[in-house]
Amino acid sequence: MPIKILVTAKRVEDYESKIKVNAQGTGIVQEGLKYKINPFDEIGVEEALRLVAKHGGGEVVVVSIGTKDVHEQLRHALAMGATKAIWVNHTGPLDQMTVAGCLQKLIEKEKPHLAILGKQSIDDDQNQVGQYLAEWLGWSQATFASKEESLESEAEKTKQPALKLAADLSTITVVREVDGGLETVECTMPCVVTTDLRLNQPRYASLPGIMKAKSKPIEEHTPASLGVDGASKIAVTKMELPPARKAGIKVPDVAALVDKLKTEAKAL
Amino acid sequence: MSNVLIVVEAQPDGSLRKATLNALTAGAQIAAKTGGELHAVVLAKDAGPLANVVKEYGVKVVHAGSGAHLAQFTADAVAPAVAELAVAIKASYVGVAATQAGRDVMPRIAARLKAAMASEILSVVGSSAADLQFTRPMWAGAVIATVKLSTPIVCFSARTTEFPQAQKAGSGEVRAFTPAAPAKALQKVVSFKEVKSARPALTEARVVVSGGRGTKGDFKPIEGLADELGAAVGASRAVCDAGWQPNDLQVGQTGKVVAPQLYIAAGISGAIQHIAGMKGSKTIVAINKDGEAPIFQVADYGLVGDLFKALPELQAAVKAAK
Repeated sequence: MPIKILVTAKRVEDYESKIKVNAQGTGIVQEGLKYKINPFDEIGVEEALRLVAKHGGGEVVVVSIGTKDVHEQLRHALAMGATKAIWVNHTGPLDQMTVAGCLQKLIEKEKPHLAILGKQSIDDDQNQVGQYLAEWLGWSQATFASKEESLESEAEKTKQPALKLAADLSTITVVREVDGGLETVECTMPCVVTTDLRLNQPRYASLPGIMKAKSKPIEEHTPASLGVDGASKIAVTKMELPPARKAGIKVPDVAALVDKLKTEAKAL
Repeated sequence: MSNVLIVVEAQPDGSLRKATLNALTAGAQIAAKTGGELHAVVLAKDAGPLANVVKEYGVKVVHAGSGAHLAQFTADAVAPAVAELAVAIKASYVGVAATQAGRDVMPRIAARLKAAMASEILSVVGSSAADLQFTRPMWAGAVIATVKLSTPIVCFSARTTEFPQAQKAGSGEVRAFTPAAPAKALQKVVSFKEVKSARPALTEARVVVSGGRGTKGDFKPIEGLADELGAAVGASRAVCDAGWQPNDLQVGQTGKVVAPQLYIAAGISGAIQHIAGMKGSKTIVAINKDGEAPIFQVADYGLVGDLFKALPELQAAVKAAK
């Protein structure tokens, strides 16, 4: 049965970026930063593509919220193989409730079977949107989706989806990363899944994929046109660097290390 | 009045998950600043026994919500029960420890309450309800943000390494209640593949010995030293990605955040995502072949060398000193 899946593509700073706070403590220094699709969202796009391939076709709709810059991330997802892109045009601060609200309205319009989101974005690190979305839609939620096989396994090399959908799409079985091990849950459909690191290794976009993505249309909305309050309920009043650790020393050998740990740090 | 409600988490065997005690301290700090009462809620098939444990920890009231539908701590079962209670007791703050279960359920509770949420709070700032703010990490801890949430009810998860565990202090009241069961369960736990280990839990250990890519998958020297020290074993992301060690051992931004007395990182280069998970440790030792590895920037003591040589030597020295 063909399936329709909604995924997200938040624009975030490259995870290797050196993030610095500006002199006023009001934000980060933007200069010289590179931007990418949120890595957890990219894992979500990959999983959606694998599910569609396994279930005999379907659609993957990708959503991003922000200024026109997010077109870059939408095109990235389209180049990977997503079939449709939606841009929610918004400038300024954005909280998780607004994001979940926009996704809820888009899901009510698009009617996908499933939504796969990154468990968190690597800028805010809040880890909330999937859960808000599931509650407001009345859907099940399966957070921190992972798998038992490693990223070096045969299943990964052959790009098998880790999420297991029942043939009639009535349930989805998800392996979750929980404290103390891996938990397997069965959820009713429709479901919001949020991805953890080891769900899959996202593919590179092919050259034809990149060419094709350039000409695909991008549908535009705003929070207001979707009937969602765009005012942020979370105000960041200050940003600062974490307290630095006192500079350490290099020791020449294990004997010196043991001595320091015993006499100075009193850690042994 | 600004009452505070903390959601209690149980371990698989039904006993208290210690992280809850750290969250209770965060809750007590908020209650002290806002003049509210500290409440807790236990949800289980039979919540009574655990509620009787929690009432000892400086809590005014422990609400014991029992029901067959609460046998598993699933978000769709827990969220309505907590949200209804929060409204009934006029809670202005609803919090949980930032464990995997806490991270899973609290945003769903917040959604039900139309409340904004601050995740992984590090401290509570301000002196009254009017100016209460939280600090929390962003960009994998590269930035500490102070945030103010403007919804009538505010939710949070507390990073356990930043709040001490609540101590026993008098005996609170236990109030039983019966949360309504939802029409249909949306999720059920089918199985749990537990990482069994005789070593202490990573987040509770006094000493942690972690291995990275430099181990090439051979954790014998890591485990040997860990056992000599009575330590927990941790790992970097690369190690877990390769399937060399279970994911549950990953220390870092998206894994476990630890703050032991002593953290020994062997063969770990020190990506910011790893450092985010261990830089709160009291003493940090780094052992790495590459003298330029970023891990040395956070280490109190750095040893440039081969872990396969250094760790057995260290193990022998620890043994000899006993």
